[in-house]
Amino acid sequence: MAATAVRPGRVWNRVGIYTGAFVFSVLCGFPFLWAVITTFKQDADLYNPNHNPFTFTRGATLSNITDLFETTPYLHFIVNSVVIGIIVVGITLLLSLPAAYALARLSGSWGRRLGIGIFMVYLVPPTLLFLPLSRLITVLGLQDSIWSLVVVYPGFTIPLSTWLLMGFFRSIPRDIEEQARVDGYSRLQAVIRTVLPLTLPGIFSVVVFSFTLTMQDFIYALSFVSSSSRMTISVGVPTYLIRGDVFYWQSLMASAVIVAIPVAFLYNAFLDRFIQGFAMGAVKG
Amino acid sequence: MAVVETRGLRKRFGDTVAVDGIDLLTGEGEYLVLLGPSGCGKTTLLRLIAGLESPSEGDVLIGGRAVTSLPPRARRIAMVFQSYALYPHKSVSRNIAFPLAAAGVPKDEWRQRIHWAASLLGIEHLLDRKPRELSGGERQRVALARAMVREPEVFLLDEPLSNLDAKLRATARDELKQFQQRIGTTTVYVTHDQTEAMGLGERIAVLEHGRIQQIGSPREIYEDPANAFVATFVGAPPMNLLQRNGMLVGFRPEHFLPESAAGGRAGLQRLSFKVGRVEYLGSDRYVYGRVPEVDPEAKVVAKLPSTVPDVVPSGETVPFVVPLDALRFFDRDTGVRKPPPPGPIA
Repeated sequence: MAATAVRPGRVWNRVGIYTGAFVFSVLCGFPFLWAVITTFKQDADLYNPNHNPFTFTRGATLSNITDLFETTPYLHFIVNSVVIGIIVVGITLLLSLPAAYALARLSGSWGRRLGIGIFMVYLVPPTLLFLPLSRLITVLGLQDSIWSLVVVYPGFTIPLSTWLLMGFFRSIPRDIEEQARVDGYSRLQAVIRTVLPLTLPGIFSVVVFSFTLTMQDFIYALSFVSSSSRMTISVGVPTYLIRGDVFYWQSLMASAVIVAIPVAFLYNAFLDRFIQGFAMGAVKG
Repeated sequence: MAVVETRGLRKRFGDTVAVDGIDLLTGEGEYLVLLGPSGCGKTTLLRLIAGLESPSEGDVLIGGRAVTSLPPRARRIAMVFQSYALYPHKSVSRNIAFPLAAAGVPKDEWRQRIHWAASLLGIEHLLDRKPRELSGGERQRVALARAMVREPEVFLLDEPLSNLDAKLRATARDELKQFQQRIGTTTVYVTHDQTEAMGLGERIAVLEHGRIQQIGSPREIYEDPANAFVATFVGAPPMNLLQRNGMLVGFRPEHFLPESAAGGRAGLQRLSFKVGRVEYLGSDRYVYGRVPEVDPEAKVVAKLPSTVPDVVPSGETVPFVVPLDALRFFDRDTGVRKPPPPGPIA
């Protein structure tokens, strides 16, 4: 845009937006910055209250990170968390996509009511389900196994995912699917080739939501798994890096940042797809 | 090419009967229009033929083959929806190729088939665009190209012109007619617009309450309506209907002229017309009023061409005439067409 064409009112608008965005991003990025700086600090530097927390009074060190990998099964924690996350996301999609499609398209006025019913299930607090689920895990013989979490998590992710996807399916005109059926495809093929591509933003939302939920959970991961090699990040890290009242702050920060940064980049990649997907959905052919 | 036939076709949705026993037979390569007000069952009938709904009773035959239990993909039909239903995530050429992929046409043939369909509809320059970048008329052509690329036996069109603005509609109607004449495929066309029906159809089936009220050429439908519904649904303004001796007497507004303009021909029925309001529309004038000597309740419209001199002042009673052979008679209760009774009507 040519600078001469911009009116003063517009300029102030821009300044306002960019100032707001800057303040907000600093606010969001600040804890990460602090964590990263802390990661590289020596004990003597970190625990001296006279030192500025944002500068290195003594030299930076990598020993906190090497300690993390050498003295704790941190790699196991990561692998466990990622494996559980991926399997749970897979199960969630596998069950909630057909369920949401059926509720949105096939069951008439009952679809909506059932959908709300399923959503209500999500509103039951997870802590309330704790006792029956731990009994279930014992019956299945899955104590102290990552599979216990693979069984439990879909119970929390599927209801909301189904409800979310229902909305996406409803927003896609029936005509498009029927057109595909007339154009020579079976109902299943029509859904896979025309409806699912248009539901991508919804599918991405479900992936992000489910993955985040499995990464965040603490109570089930804590109580169903006790061997250190089977722990997830959210349980393993505090178990190993908080001993009695001693907090290994630098390594704790390192463990959080190492996981958070790739996840943040991954979400950012999804974010582009969201925006693209929503823009596509806005103009229905 | 194939004929479409329905036998005793019935479709119920809960308590409502959308299609109520329809027997229909198209000709080979015929352009058949299903005409009716909204909710008359015409779209449901088309969807039953397409296989998108399954009938409660009856059968659908395409090319003499019973297809009632076959899914849409096995019926060798092509359908154009009112919304055009273009796949928003695919380019125009991918949209047109979509039925080819389903039909198992080898990929090296696609290019040639796509270009054949696109050139016939004049959309070759749009092949790389996405549907959202197209105007309404262009979308319609893409939908038609996609429909014809597979060379179906039957075309089913569901109000394909209703999303276009009025100006575009006339040219699109003309193109649609030329297009069908060129490829000569049997076509079933659904519309609620009688101008489209008259202009496009070789035959028109008028539907109401899920039943066919009349089927015939546009001329038959207009000049010899089978019942009072067809008489009033087709024609703008509709046929005037007056109650007289347990019958309905009908005549078209354009047949109702001032006596002074009729030129003293024989075989005319004279009626005193109490003029209410006159509407000037350029080429025509619509004169609204009543004929108290026949039916004081019924509203009557006369459509006077601009060639008729202005002799109808509001509020006065003027002698009008209608040719006797333009009168149509219907049963007052059932609306069914009756032969003309002996003697004058007034």
